[in-house]
Amino acid sequence: MSEEMNGLTELERQYILATQNGLPITKEPYHAIAKQLGISVDEVLALTKDLQARGIIRRIAAVPNHYKLGYQYNGMTVWDVDDQQAEKFGDAVGRLPFVSHCYLRPRFLPGWNYNLFAMVHGKTPEEIQQQRGQIKELLKDVLVERNNDSSQSTHYKSNVMLTSTEILKKTGLRLKNKTA
Amino acid sequence: MDKSTAKRREVAQLNELDKKLINLLQHGLPVCERPFAQIAEEVNSTEDEVIEHLTALREQRVLTRFGPMFDAACLGGAFTLAALAVPEQDFEKVTEQVNSFEQIAHNYKRDHDYNMWFVIATEAKEEIEQVVLAIEEKTGLKVLNVPKLKEFFVGLYLPV
Repeated sequence: MSEEMNGLTELERQYILATQNGLPITKEPYHAIAKQLGISVDEVLALTKDLQARGIIRRIAAVPNHYKLGYQYNGMTVWDVDDQQAEKFGDAVGRLPFVSHCYLRPRFLPGWNYNLFAMVHGKTPEEIQQQRGQIKELLKDVLVERNNDSSQSTHYKSNVMLTSTEILKKTGLRLKNKTA
Repeated sequence: MDKSTAKRREVAQLNELDKKLINLLQHGLPVCERPFAQIAEEVNSTEDEVIEHLTALREQRVLTRFGPMFDAACLGGAFTLAALAVPEQDFEKVTEQVNSFEQIAHNYKRDHDYNMWFVIATEAKEEIEQVVLAIEEKTGLKVLNVPKLKEFFVGLYLPV
């Protein structure tokens, strides 16, 4: 990864490598990072604030395992929304409190006619069904109703919810430790 | 597959302080020399107790990550969401084939004809297409490749 490609200095890259697996849960977590990078704690704090201000760090936070908090159910709801309306309504769906990710994506026709994706999370199967119902209510006037004549092999629906039944892999995203 | 029911893991036993910490720290940790001392003040506890509880929560994997969340796009990488419609009898074999690519960050089984959904993350944009083609070659299946056109919201707050 070259420096000019993403505008990171070597120190910033080293900072990411040192912290992307987490901060130590100790009284002075930034001291450990400072030691690793060979700079002062004040410099580490300044660097952290700068990366935050530039949006490179979204936030410094805890990520819970949602299953262990009782959120055992999640659904990827996908919607076939009129192209002219997709941005405006995508924004509204993204603002619903139970939606964690909301994206506009290309359709993949024939066969995959959905362009708006919204992930929902709940503690019961009923809860995610109810959340899907709320999104449907919001989108009801802008969903595309496609012709399903019997000669077509594909039967189109305006929306569907895909529930996750198994995690097959979850490693997350990492910056590779190699010299630029 | 009865493995999927086994996946419904135990819900953690959390006390009031655990819950307060989980709710507060999903929003963020202050950037200062002694962040846990500041958190302790907010939850009417002590620095030592906060550290003890957070360490236990991380050991029990109630917290999977704790630290800076980097905006992946700023790291200069490229991403896409992709899916396969895998015949049920081949599912295990195809899972291994797909997971063998280091560029696969997440992979989920979902109940649909398109029953395998994964995120491909690479350092360079052109590498995405190479990985898609390599997966098609390895599995003999057509990849549904739907990169994001626009992001409306990303963030998850799970109150306990």
